[in-house]
Amino acid sequence: MLIKQRQQILSSEITSESVYKQRRVFMKSALGLAGAIASSNVAALTNYPQEDDSPKYPGPNWLQDKLQSSITPSGFQAKDKLTPYKDVISYNNFYEFGFDKSEPAKRAQKFITDPWKVEISGEVGKPGVYNLEDFVQPHTLEERIYRMRCVEGWSMVIPWVGIPLADVLKRFEPTSKAKYVEFTTLHDPKQMPQQNSLFGTLDWPYVEGLRMDEAMNPLAFLATGLYGQGLPPQNGAPLRLVVPWKYGFKNIKSIVKIRFTEHMPVNTWNKTAPREYGFYANVNPEVDHPRWSQATERRLPSSLFSPNRIETLPFYGYAEQVAHLYKGMDLTKWI
Amino acid sequence: MDLKGKWLQRSRWWLIFTVSALPVSLLVYSAVNQQLGADPAKEIVLELGTWAINFLWITLAITPVRKMFGWNWLAKYRRMMGLYSFVYAALHLLAFATFMVGWNWKILIIEITERPYAIVGFIALLLLLPLAVTSTKAMQRRLKKRWSTLHKLVYPIALLSLLHIIWQIRSDFSEALTYGLLLCFLLGYRFYQSRLKSASSVKRSAGGIKLKTQTN
Repeated sequence: MLIKQRQQILSSEITSESVYKQRRVFMKSALGLAGAIASSNVAALTNYPQEDDSPKYPGPNWLQDKLQSSITPSGFQAKDKLTPYKDVISYNNFYEFGFDKSEPAKRAQKFITDPWKVEISGEVGKPGVYNLEDFVQPHTLEERIYRMRCVEGWSMVIPWVGIPLADVLKRFEPTSKAKYVEFTTLHDPKQMPQQNSLFGTLDWPYVEGLRMDEAMNPLAFLATGLYGQGLPPQNGAPLRLVVPWKYGFKNIKSIVKIRFTEHMPVNTWNKTAPREYGFYANVNPEVDHPRWSQATERRLPSSLFSPNRIETLPFYGYAEQVAHLYKGMDLTKWI
Repeated sequence: MDLKGKWLQRSRWWLIFTVSALPVSLLVYSAVNQQLGADPAKEIVLELGTWAINFLWITLAITPVRKMFGWNWLAKYRRMMGLYSFVYAALHLLAFATFMVGWNWKILIIEITERPYAIVGFIALLLLLPLAVTSTKAMQRRLKKRWSTLHKLVYPIALLSLLHIIWQIRSDFSEALTYGLLLCFLLGYRFYQSRLKSASSVKRSAGGIKLKTQTN
């Protein structure tokens, strides 16, 4: 008689204890149970609801891989309600693609942002031209929810993904002569039609700058994405600056050059209208723009039932982190 | 005028009246269907303001176009175009106060007094008011000669409106330039015509003197 033996379980099929434990940790963190990662103050990248049929921007493959292991550090998350994704990607000031806020989203879709190179030069130990991938690779991507205040009087709250500026700059070993950092946007009139415009007062390419201690401040950030994905071209793909205590125009987009300098760079808006836009451009409700008040702002999206007008805070609410940088400076003069 | 001509004229009136109301209708439609983007308030305010200026420029264009092309029927529509300009300008301010400021008087006063372009815009609208009020035929008859003097206010109003645009330029000046060139033409035409007129009247009076000397 043939007695059918119970099939033996192969040892290889048994989940090892270590894997089992890893899985438990994974499940706990996936469920958002704080205890699972109690010793660490980081959490996985926020998942955003697929709220609408707005276009998505996954970014190049290397970025997608990197996004998997991104983290959300504590202390950099504004409590404000997020501006919806569709508004963040359709309401942009990116003059290279058009003066109207709806134009960049229409005209930047074919903008080539991969491959991309960034040139590091000036007072620095390791100058050179770097592929964006190599530029970003050594760093862990972080998610930061920052408020953004435009000098025109509107504001948004955006979940950026990117790397702390200080970590990047240190890698290139700035010398003791490096007192400022200058950033430059791509100049390519074929792709950026407005750089050919006869009716604009701005000089291209767009240039922005930071003082070294501002650039080294933990708040200063280089974004490579938003809302858990890549950076849409209209938002400054593939690399843009985010300095939330300053007016939006300091957040230079589509960066191709980072230069360390001894002297204060001349930023584009300051060059165009020095009476209206300074080098520092710190958010300051006390100092009005010569043509309008900066005391309040309209948080977007605005609704016809409520103008969503709120009072603007000094250094846009980041005074605790950055106010010390400007000790002893007359901020009514250094606009 | 025969019946057919009257009917044609009436339908033309309704056509122009309806087309002029299209911008605001489209705006209401887009707002209801949430097609105005992240900042519908600003979109509405900008659009209404743009059309207030468009209609002001159209009002100023009626006379030159009528004379150049001999389209005398246009004269009838100058009042309507002017009134549309006033209505769009009034809606523009109303939309600004409602959608962008929420009738917060403190902010409204700051916004209007601290933004120089808002001050000139506000003055232009205030000046449009008496023109709208006195736009009826009855008022025209009552004011007689003073009516046309009063309605010359349209020139400073147009200049203030242009200033209202110029003072908002941040980088792009194509719009201001377009309106500016058009206004140059519209005002230049009038200046040229008045020069022609005074020249011919000088000629006439000079001729008169000559005639006089001849008879002596």
